[in-house]
Amino acid sequence: MDVGLFGQYVANGLMLGVIYAMVAVGFTLFFGVLDVIKFSHGDVLTAGAFAGLATYGGLQALGFASPAVQLLIILLVAVAAMAFLGALIAKYLVLPLRTAPPLNTLLLTLMLGAALRECVRLFYPQGANPKPFPRLLPQDAVALGSFTLRLDNVLLLLGGLAAIAAVHFVITRTKLGLAIRAVAQDAETARIMGIDFERVVLLTFALGSGLAALAGIMNGLYYSEINFSIGLLLGVIGFSAAVVGGLGNIYGAILGGFLFAGLQTVGAVLLPALLPQVPSAYKDVFAFAAVIAFMAWRPTGLIAERTAERV
Amino acid sequence: MHNCVPRVFWAAALAAALALDAGAAKQTVKIAYIGPLTGGVSANGIGGRNSADLAVRLRNADPKAKYRYELVSLDDECKPNIAVQAATKAASDNSIIAGVTHYCSVAAIAAVDTYHKFGFPAVVWGAVLPDITYRNNYAEVHRVNGTMINQNDVAAKFMTGLKYKRWVIIHDTTDYGKGHDKYFTEYLTKYGGQVLGRFGVTADQQDFTAELTKAKELKPEVIYFGGLTPIGVRIRSQMERLGIDAVFEGTSGIKSDSYIDGLGKLAEGSLSFIEGAPWEKLPGGLYFIGKYAQQKYDQGPEAYGPFAFTAAGLIMDVIEQVGPNRRKVIEELRKTRDKDSIVGKISFDDHGQNVVPLITKYVVQDGKWVVWEDSEYASGRRKLK
Repeated sequence: MDVGLFGQYVANGLMLGVIYAMVAVGFTLFFGVLDVIKFSHGDVLTAGAFAGLATYGGLQALGFASPAVQLLIILLVAVAAMAFLGALIAKYLVLPLRTAPPLNTLLLTLMLGAALRECVRLFYPQGANPKPFPRLLPQDAVALGSFTLRLDNVLLLLGGLAAIAAVHFVITRTKLGLAIRAVAQDAETARIMGIDFERVVLLTFALGSGLAALAGIMNGLYYSEINFSIGLLLGVIGFSAAVVGGLGNIYGAILGGFLFAGLQTVGAVLLPALLPQVPSAYKDVFAFAAVIAFMAWRPTGLIAERTAERV
Repeated sequence: MHNCVPRVFWAAALAAALALDAGAAKQTVKIAYIGPLTGGVSANGIGGRNSADLAVRLRNADPKAKYRYELVSLDDECKPNIAVQAATKAASDNSIIAGVTHYCSVAAIAAVDTYHKFGFPAVVWGAVLPDITYRNNYAEVHRVNGTMINQNDVAAKFMTGLKYKRWVIIHDTTDYGKGHDKYFTEYLTKYGGQVLGRFGVTADQQDFTAELTKAKELKPEVIYFGGLTPIGVRIRSQMERLGIDAVFEGTSGIKSDSYIDGLGKLAEGSLSFIEGAPWEKLPGGLYFIGKYAQQKYDQGPEAYGPFAFTAAGLIMDVIEQVGPNRRKVIEELRKTRDKDSIVGKISFDDHGQNVVPLITKYVVQDGKWVVWEDSEYASGRRKLK
């Protein structure tokens, strides 16, 4: 394999990895702050992507032609809408169940995810069909031998990394982040210290869900297409990535996301090469099997959670 | 007592009216339509449904018809399990006499056992997997369109004729995709083409960058894709993202307007091979498209609409002849030989398969599927790659 092709595989893997990492960070945030697993997270991502697409339709109708302005407005609307949805989910579905067994929250959000998915399918015009997503980023490409470098890929990758860095900055460097970390460590003590527990939880859910919306839009821009079920697999992969990384640890989630993307890419390339009768379609089987083996080896994930380092 | 007179009068009048009505009304016969009404290939399913509906409406408008027909539409979502549910629902309802069934091969192949078990006459209108008619010898199952065997024979011969030599095959891992892979490889080898590599992908896969990067390494001249529109759109779009400069050769599975809608300019130069011919070239094409336009359906008939129309028409012709009886309908359908239809002559062989020799080659030119011979690619004004 020449260097160009190897570079192409790495670039493909990085793009997948950044999307997975963004989803995984959401899972880790929710788990870190409230010890809950919110299984509707992938479907919030879908809803975010569709909110973006609907906004695009509206902007086209209103006559906004500049792709940069369109993209900015789409991002703002989708992220704000999903942040609001995330806060609503936290307030009316997750917080009331705080004293119930964690299994209930898990089941409830699982069902909510199915409901969200079906709502997109039923109520978005022809929502059961895959929808072409507008190409709003510059499509310029440079061929470096057998490696094709595209400007939109670079922008998406940088955008994703910047979003993760921004979340990291919020968690580690701001007052809100301090409050989130305090609640994550010990909710009761944080309350006694005067931290508004409910506000912190709602903001954390808004943050994670806004990030999911961003991941949804990036997914649409990257593949030029979205459909109502994109969140299903992305949710499972994001959750696995968060678990592999060490649920509750933001670095672990990022690492897990890239690791999973790497496993998928390796699976797609190596499986047909080593076993010609096994099609590359088994790459997910390979990646999930590797995750299972990994979890058996390190049950707490790559970066084991220590209470003091939560979120 | 005087009150009774009007009552008797009204009762008599009502009875007379009912009797008159009953005398004038024809017996209603139900036939089922099963196809993908939702999901990625729903444009084809809805086009087929509308076309079958058109056949029913035209028949009902015909004063010579012995029965009044009603079309019961069921959605198979292009999924095997849903197709079996839909097939069971239609076949277990005794008031439904026969069915115009399935666009997707995975749906059709899953449902044939159900039709056989219930003795339910089914005429397939779009699915191209040979096994649907040839794996078993079910008297109930017929098909008006051709199979992927003919399709891939023509495709391989045509492409090698254009002097292409090196292929990479990507196919979905359903029976449909695997069938295309098998028959295309068989004919390609026969005509002297070379398969450099093949990739089986899942029917709902999103990311193909790893497979396509591997394909890029093999430097093919043509990427052959055996699968349906949704992933066809994704693969073609991701080929561009990775800078793969090869011809994209699809099958009948991507011959839909939604392929072009999903890709925009990127669809230019994609190829597809499909049985039958465009409506302009079908014996009854002008008639069909004229009547279709009159009904003002909100979606077009798509590629296989004329076959759904033909299947529904064939079923109703047979019911007119032998009455609404499933067993007799099956016997009569099997006898179909040289029957005129809008898609040409229909002759069923001993497996209920129509022997359609005609395959048409298409290429996308300026956002439309154009018959190859009429395109600027054939005349040499444009080049594929």
